[in-house]
Amino acid sequence: MRGGWEWLGLLARAARTPRGVAGITLAGVVILLAIVGPFVAPHQPTVSVTATFAPPSSAYPLGADDLGRDVLSRVLAGGWLLLAVAAGSTALGVGAGVLVGIAAAYFGGVTDGVLMRLVDVLLAFPQLVFALLLVSVLGPHVWLILVAVGISHAPQVARVVRAAALDVCERDFVRAVELLGAPARRVMVGEVLPNVLSVVMVELGLRFTYSILIIAGLSFLGFGIQPPAANWGLMINENRIGLVANPWAVVAPVLLIAVLTIGLNTFTDAIARTSLGVERPAEQLAVVAGVSGEAASLGEVVR
Amino acid sequence: MSAADRESVVRDEGVSAVGATPDGGNAAAEPLLAVEGLQVVVRGSGADVVDEVSFTLARGEVLGLVGESGSGKTTVALALMGHTRRGLVIGAGRVLFAGVDLLALGERIRSLRGARIAYVAQDPVSALNPTLKIGTQLREIFRAHGVGQLGGVSVEERIRELLAEVRLDRVSHALEVYPHQLSGGQQQRVMLAMAFACRPELIILDEPTTGLDVTTQRHVLDTVRGLCRSYHVAAVYVSHDLAVVGELADRVGVMYAGRLVELGATGHVFRAPGHPYTRCLLRAIPSPTRAHVLVGLEGQPPRPGARPQGCFFAPRCEFALARCRERMPSAEALEGRHWARCVRAQEVLRLPPLAELPEREPIPPAAGEVPLLEVERLEARYGERVILSGISFGVLPRRCLAVVGESGAGKTTLARCIVGLHSGWRGMIAFKGVALDRDRRRRRRELIRRMQYIFQNPYTSLNPRKTVSQLVEQPLRELFSLSRRERSERVASALEEAALGGEYLSRYPDQLSGGERQRVAIARALVVEPELLICDEVTSALDVSVQAAIVELLHRLQRTRGVALLLITHNLALVRSLADDVLILRDGRVVEHGPGVLDHPQSEYAMQLLANVPTLALA
Amino acid sequence: MSVLTARMGAVRLRGFGRRHPLVRLVVMRACLGVVTLWLVSVVIFAATQALPGNAAYAVLGHTATPQRLQAVEAELHLNRPVVSQYESWIGGVLRGDFGSSLANGESVAALIGPRVVNSAVLVVVSGVIGTLIAGALGVLAAARRDSWFDHVASVVALGVTALPEFVVAIALVILFSVLVLHALPAVSAIPPGSEPWQNLKELVLPVATLAIVIAPYIFRMARGAMVEAMESDYVEMARLKGLTRRRVLLLHAFPNAIPPVVQVVGLNLLYLAGGIVVVEYVFNYPGVGAALVDAVSNRDIPVIQFVVLVLTAFYVFVNIITDVVALLASPRRRTAG
Repeated sequence: MRGGWEWLGLLARAARTPRGVAGITLAGVVILLAIVGPFVAPHQPTVSVTATFAPPSSAYPLGADDLGRDVLSRVLAGGWLLLAVAAGSTALGVGAGVLVGIAAAYFGGVTDGVLMRLVDVLLAFPQLVFALLLVSVLGPHVWLILVAVGISHAPQVARVVRAAALDVCERDFVRAVELLGAPARRVMVGEVLPNVLSVVMVELGLRFTYSILIIAGLSFLGFGIQPPAANWGLMINENRIGLVANPWAVVAPVLLIAVLTIGLNTFTDAIARTSLGVERPAEQLAVVAGVSGEAASLGEVVR
Repeated sequence: MSAADRESVVRDEGVSAVGATPDGGNAAAEPLLAVEGLQVVVRGSGADVVDEVSFTLARGEVLGLVGESGSGKTTVALALMGHTRRGLVIGAGRVLFAGVDLLALGERIRSLRGARIAYVAQDPVSALNPTLKIGTQLREIFRAHGVGQLGGVSVEERIRELLAEVRLDRVSHALEVYPHQLSGGQQQRVMLAMAFACRPELIILDEPTTGLDVTTQRHVLDTVRGLCRSYHVAAVYVSHDLAVVGELADRVGVMYAGRLVELGATGHVFRAPGHPYTRCLLRAIPSPTRAHVLVGLEGQPPRPGARPQGCFFAPRCEFALARCRERMPSAEALEGRHWARCVRAQEVLRLPPLAELPEREPIPPAAGEVPLLEVERLEARYGERVILSGISFGVLPRRCLAVVGESGAGKTTLARCIVGLHSGWRGMIAFKGVALDRDRRRRRRELIRRMQYIFQNPYTSLNPRKTVSQLVEQPLRELFSLSRRERSERVASALEEAALGGEYLSRYPDQLSGGERQRVAIARALVVEPELLICDEVTSALDVSVQAAIVELLHRLQRTRGVALLLITHNLALVRSLADDVLILRDGRVVEHGPGVLDHPQSEYAMQLLANVPTLALA
Repeated sequence: MSVLTARMGAVRLRGFGRRHPLVRLVVMRACLGVVTLWLVSVVIFAATQALPGNAAYAVLGHTATPQRLQAVEAELHLNRPVVSQYESWIGGVLRGDFGSSLANGESVAALIGPRVVNSAVLVVVSGVIGTLIAGALGVLAAARRDSWFDHVASVVALGVTALPEFVVAIALVILFSVLVLHALPAVSAIPPGSEPWQNLKELVLPVATLAIVIAPYIFRMARGAMVEAMESDYVEMARLKGLTRRRVLLLHAFPNAIPPVVQVVGLNLLYLAGGIVVVEYVFNYPGVGAALVDAVSNRDIPVIQFVVLVLTAFYVFVNIITDVVALLASPRRRTAG
């Protein structure tokens, strides 16, 4: 359970805590639904089958939406793409962020200065606005959304990882290995990276949650996954006007997104507490970087 | 019933005879503080951290409470004020202060704290609030206890008096500054001023000189002693440093694994201890006056919740009998008010005095040897600041050179320049005649491997994510190309030299104690067969008994393996027991250098340093 | 100026900087901020105008008509080399001329300018309300650690942090406007020309949404910082000096909890800059966020550039303020050097 697979052990331990169990259950149910959904939807999600905003009935348990389509089917089909794009952008963002963060912390000096300037520039853009900026010109293509959201994650991850890596780089065991003449790459991968892994795990969880929020938000505004494809974010917006007639068209996707993100966030919190319970008391998570003045690490507590 | 007999009754668990004087009074003989059966447990699990602690303290008396880490001495000190750290709770017992049980007072204890019982914390840096001025932190004590006047003197005048007493009156605007603007020694003196402010009757000092220079420590100790005398204040002085306690305390109590195992007059306890643990502690302490063989203690004290049946020290005790493991011994009375919790206390008492421990034989220098390491006119800087200047010395093969100095003298900078961790220097550093490059990346592998560095803090010098075997093997992978089998053989033999068995190979650092970690660090250095070991304060983070074992290990390596040692330290006693040559640094310059510096100091600075070191009087 | 006087000037400047860390901080941050903004403008420009191929057509997409194509090319100077395009754009920006909207030809500054004020009001009011309430709750939770209040509040905070703004907005609309109660308007119909503070009822739901969105972060940080302060050695020392519980809490613990909370408030204000996009859209609030959404639909490049520039300038500004306040609240850093 140690060494290369320690992160797995950390996840397992987190999964056993009450928060971990709650988180996994909530998120797991929704993820399962999203993955399996398209295959079990009773009707075609893009085909109009009945009256606009028809109330729930035995044929259509959640009623119909603004174009008379079966809400249940749309809900079942509307999650997988959202999750897939969110997963992709998370992987991209966290990967890039870890690279930049460790390099900046280890090399310090000019490298650190330049990298942090770039990070600062990207941080000036709110994530949603950055995605809108790119989408406005090139259009709402799925690959573009993935890349845009991924890039917007990278600077935040970089700051958090940099703060953790700085702490590690100061410790004597890194010096000890450098004294042996080990090249920089080996030191960063072999000594620094394993010791920031717990921070990276927490970031993965947080960024995945935020990816879902941003992509759903983009879809809500109409710039994400395009109609007529079913998409939870889009559905919420499309069916707002019919809130009084058939609230389920809005409430169902809202509930699903809420349960998913709450579950993920709770599980991520469990990971954070478990990993820090080993090294430091859990409460310090919220304060550890704040006290040292590094706003960066607060990315863990804030978006 | 005489006072001595009464005390012996109190010693036995749970019995209180305080306050009940059969002759109907003589309040002056009543102890100021009487602790009976004090117990502190972990909240929730109920495992005891400290238990069965009983002792008394008369007015004006100083009691030293000694022990190593995990002994529970700080827990006891805080409990005397009715306070526990988070996660702990007072389980049982009484703390009678002038006849009143503090533990039963509840919220009302607040009026006593700071006013009649005061506390001096270990680390003034963290005990002083960084956002409040010194003046505010001093004045609020008076406000909290509704003191408008003290003995006819206003608060402001009293504060000025206090500052003079702790010798802070020369510091301009001492009241208007924030804590971080004062030095460590000055901060500790502020703590003393806060403690003596309301003229308390009892002061509890928790390792107040840890981390301070020898010179500053001397000042603080003198101040404490002076104030205690002039105010007739009783004190409980908690420390791991027996020499310091020896100079200050009238009586001494020894704690081990949460139990008070011995108590008696300082002279008695140190000259003829009754408990095997006390004896072990004393044998492990290096003396600044003579180089004797240090005897360390293997193993660790049992943690709360994991304490064995019977005497807690039995697993490590050379005098243990079968019945020691059955029951915790009760207090054996020895002469006077001296007692020890050991069934063989009387025998231990009569063992040969520690002052007669064998001395170490010095190693004579071989004639005409070429120095292994040569430093010439070294000047080192950090940016603009000059840290070292004009440093020249040599380290001969198989000899130990100790570089001594107070903090800020530049010892660590010197070590870092030599090994290549710091490149801001000028001058020459040569190893075996070959000049060393400033940039360690340009140094040849052959040279790197012959000169190894051991870090001070064993808690940060090992990668927590690697096993012992991976850690010790790493230098071999970087500096040699060997087969896997050859590597494991070398790792095994290096561990053996560091007195670690094969069972350590798959362990992780957080499963090891401080002493074990430092041994792993030493094994890691030994595995490449170096000729010079640079040891940077390698025992400062360790307990005394563990320190002794490491020192003896280094000494043995020097003798058997022929490794030369460059020992960086501030501990003069350690220097005496390990070094063949001594170099004294002050403010970046060499003050004195040579084999006989400790015996015949030439410079005034060296003489003062030696005079300021607290020495344990064993005879 | 001779080398000597220049060097003396530099030395005096350095001495001044050393004695006044606050001024030095502000100046340094302001300079860095300018550099950042400049780089940001390059990014904005690159994302919107530095396009290959027939840029105008790419911009207008399916709304392209010959007249509009001509208008875009004229407006954005698309036939000129990229660098000179940037120069003319940034030159205009520095003069206060942000071009004309591609949708209706009016000056961007005149069109969107007033909206900036509206959005600013929204952000500031939500920020203040959210911070005060969440901060107070956090301190309370820390003071009553492990009580039922603490546990409930922490769990609720954990749940709410995960919710996107549009979910909170919709939920509030459902609760207070449409389905459960009918007390508040679902759409903020602020008549053009009137100030937001003259239409308080319209503000309630948007402000509530934003305040709820940021509250849990501030709550957790306030609680965490207070807990850490209360577990510190200096608070233990204060207790052992016999000070009252209230004094220990308010005078010893609280001031030390301020710097991390300030940092978090700053970060949340920045987050709000993005959050207003969705909230203004949902409530049809006349701010820059809603303008941005419209502009993106219409591919109205000058408006997009203006709004993003405003938002990023807001980031730089808030960053400086946050650093200054954190410095003021920490005597150690204030008096260092």
